[in-house]
Amino acid sequence: MITLEHYLTVAAILFVIGIFGIFLNRKNVIIILMSIELMLLAVNINLVAFSVHLGDLVGQIFTLFVLTVAAAEAAIGLAILVCFFRNRGTIAVEDVNMMKG
Amino acid sequence: MISNDLNTVLPEIILAVYAMVALMFAVYTGKDRTASMLTWLTAAVLAGLGAWIATRPEGAATAFNGAFIDDGFSRYAKVVMLWASAIMLLLSQDYLRRNNMHKFEYPILISLAVVGMMMMVSAGDLMALYMGLELQSLSLYVIAAFRRDSLKSTEAGLKYFVLGALSSGMLLYGASFVYGYTGTTNFAGIASTVGEEGLGLGMLFGLVFLCVGMAFKISAAPFHMWTPDVYEGSPTPVTAFFATAPKMAAAGLFARVMHDAFGGAGADWTQIIAFLSLVSMFLGAVAAIGQTNIKRLMAYSSIAHMGFALMGLAAGTKEGVTALLIYMAIYVVMNIGTFAFILNMEKDGRAVTDIRSLGLYSKIAPGRAAALAVLMFSLAGIPPLVGFIGKLYVLKAAVAADMAWLAIAGVIASVIGAFYYLRIIYYMYFGEETEGLDGAMPTLHYAALAISAAIMVVGIVNPFGIEGYAAMAAEALLR
Repeated sequence: MITLEHYLTVAAILFVIGIFGIFLNRKNVIIILMSIELMLLAVNINLVAFSVHLGDLVGQIFTLFVLTVAAAEAAIGLAILVCFFRNRGTIAVEDVNMMKG
Repeated sequence: MISNDLNTVLPEIILAVYAMVALMFAVYTGKDRTASMLTWLTAAVLAGLGAWIATRPEGAATAFNGAFIDDGFSRYAKVVMLWASAIMLLLSQDYLRRNNMHKFEYPILISLAVVGMMMMVSAGDLMALYMGLELQSLSLYVIAAFRRDSLKSTEAGLKYFVLGALSSGMLLYGASFVYGYTGTTNFAGIASTVGEEGLGLGMLFGLVFLCVGMAFKISAAPFHMWTPDVYEGSPTPVTAFFATAPKMAAAGLFARVMHDAFGGAGADWTQIIAFLSLVSMFLGAVAAIGQTNIKRLMAYSSIAHMGFALMGLAAGTKEGVTALLIYMAIYVVMNIGTFAFILNMEKDGRAVTDIRSLGLYSKIAPGRAAALAVLMFSLAGIPPLVGFIGKLYVLKAAVAADMAWLAIAGVIASVIGAFYYLRIIYYMYFGEETEGLDGAMPTLHYAALAISAAIMVVGIVNPFGIEGYAAMAAEALLR
């Protein structure tokens, strides 16, 4: 039997993988975009699982909003990345270092 | 029923429709040739909406099943944001034109960001909160990278985007837990569950993640890493905008979520906020000491100021919220004046950001130097200027809420922080003679600088009734 806890655990694991993907990856900014997407999808699993558990539709509506915003966010992220690539000629994370910090 | 709802959100609808119509209009007519006209028009629309909201009848109304709240608190925040954005838009025009960035998208993106901010401070539901926050953030990511051909600006945009998206994810993760453990996304519903059952472990988990997400947006330490880089890399008008309206929106959102949804669990979240406040004040004060880039310096200054504003929230009382609102309004006014100056720091037509270039500036332009000195004293919180009065309210609220330790820490941090503000004044009046700045200051900027400095002085005797408005707004939030 798959219970709410199982879903929450999967979501938590995915979310943590997403966070680590942002901080540990030194190679490619695209991987950061994928990690962000992974975090948002983990949240969606959470919301849908809670929604089914509670018998309440609001969580699934929330999920639809999150999906839409995630798409818009990815579009804007890629657009900024293209601008950055034109100026820098690389998208390696180590090279995002014009300013210290 | 639906007409009542629409009537309540009318200002937001007008601004959103305006932004879309303006975009279509500009695309199908003159493109960038309409930029100047659109800038003026947008500023007029923003200022007009601000005036309209200020005169709307008192009392609270909710729309769309409580997802949107129009009360004294949201109106106060909206008026500050709308007027600050309108002024910043007009001030940015000159810089954008000089640097070949005068594009029609700029005022449109600003208006979309303002719609998002208005949604944030009016949110009565986790979904409305998230949508408002994202509308604001997505617009801000784009304008941070507005100078497309500059490496620094696109890098600022990229950093802001990555860290902003991370913080949105955190906030959302927290929101999912709050929803799961209360069964509702509505703030009133969450508040009643918290009031009946208290905070369980799952709720506490959600609350912490929500706080982390919002601390990112308000740039409170230890979630401030993006601020210095984004402030430095973005075009100066964008930096100036970041330092005003979005800060007010984030502070308003923070207060709204904490008091409206988690008001019953004050004992738990005031500790979190007090920690954020303490760390921000000290980090902002200490880390700015070594900075020579004035935009970076203003970033650390904003971190320190957010620490003080959060002290008001940490008090968890009505006085605390009043202090927070007064502090934010004063902070926005000080920043408008300071950035009106920074926007015109030029030498041979190139923007200068090194504070050492201010050497003996008082000899070149005594009027401007004096006005900037007043603003710097006020930012440092030196009595009796208005910046000090803002700090005084916050400290009083903290002491009244049995947080004397936080207030004492705040005073110490503000003394440390005074160093770098005073150093700017030192350079201007006693520094070494340098090549110096040239470049005239347009009348509009000079007026903004002078009026802002004048408010810092006149406000000592007559603070323009801000205290009454802020008290009314706080009353509406903690009804």
